Amino acid sequence: MTSEGVWAYAVFGGQPAEPSFGHLRGVAGEPIRVVAGFGLTAVVGTVGLDEFGAEALRRNLEDLDWLAATARAHDAVISAIARSRPVIPLRMATVYLDDSRVHALLEARHDDFVAALERVTAREEIGVKAYADPNVLTGGIDSGDGPPGAKLTGTAYLMRRRRALASQDDAFRIAAGHAERIHALLLKHAVDGKRKPASDRRLSGRDGWTVLNGTYLVDADEVDAFRAAVALIDRNTPGIELEITGPWPPYSFAGDAVGL
Amino acid sequence: MTEVLPADNNREIALVDLLDRVLAGGVVISGDITLSIADVDLVVISLRTLVSSVGPLLPGNDVVDGTG
Repeated sequence: MTSEGVWAYAVFGGQPAEPSFGHLRGVAGEPIRVVAGFGLTAVVGTVGLDEFGAEALRRNLEDLDWLAATARAHDAVISAIARSRPVIPLRMATVYLDDSRVHALLEARHDDFVAALERVTAREEIGVKAYADPNVLTGGIDSGDGPPGAKLTGTAYLMRRRRALASQDDAFRIAAGHAERIHALLLKHAVDGKRKPASDRRLSGRDGWTVLNGTYLVDADEVDAFRAAVALIDRNTPGIELEITGPWPPYSFAGDAVGL
Repeated sequence: MTEVLPADNNREIALVDLLDRVLAGGVVISGDITLSIADVDLVVISLRTLVSSVGPLLPGNDVVDGTG
């Protein structure tokens, strides 16, 4: 039984001009190296299967600290490469038995990789989230009457509660409308865009609702215009706050071209 | 899982965005020995379980009951 495997990070086109990526360190702290062939280069690192083998992975992925460190390391390698060339990020935890298997992959999926590279070349992925403040969206009428803690009759309590629920419904409708509109506006400045499920409010660290968790593939020379559009929407939409993340390597778009 | 209580929300925000991409995104090709595509989906699912198990440990704000 082998005790080492080959963790794959990314694929790019052509051969590396520089001798290696040896200054980079991977998920296991290992030096990063490449496997080249068929006009493509895979970026890989040798990892121990005691930590990154099938069973160990299943166990470790449940450990948030391990997961966070590994995800950051995986992303750091891909992002470093993305700074100098178009790159196809591979999903975290793609591991091969040895280099010859990676080489075979480059041959077998050559056309898919080439198509994926074409789609992401000179483009960047930018994330945009929209947070809604329900009180602002409904004009702040739902914050209750009377001082907090004042004694209410049952009826008054129920009425207030009903009002609060109704205005929350309104706020949600308004917020959803804004999210639709914002997504459509941003698509005009992007090659493509996707709405992802909103992350858990408890993890967003925000009081407001995440009404849009969008990610956009933007032409590199349109990035400034895209950012300006986000800033403008943010200024002109009371009750909605926009947050930009990235640029990211094209995690959400590299697989589209060919169903990879 | 009790040790993962985040002290710093900014770090958590970035982590959520990151995991959203490196686990749910990225090009999926089958590895040899580790996770098949189905397994990766399992990973994402167990991550969701993990996230929801972390959630209740965080201070939450209930919008409706916020004034009560």
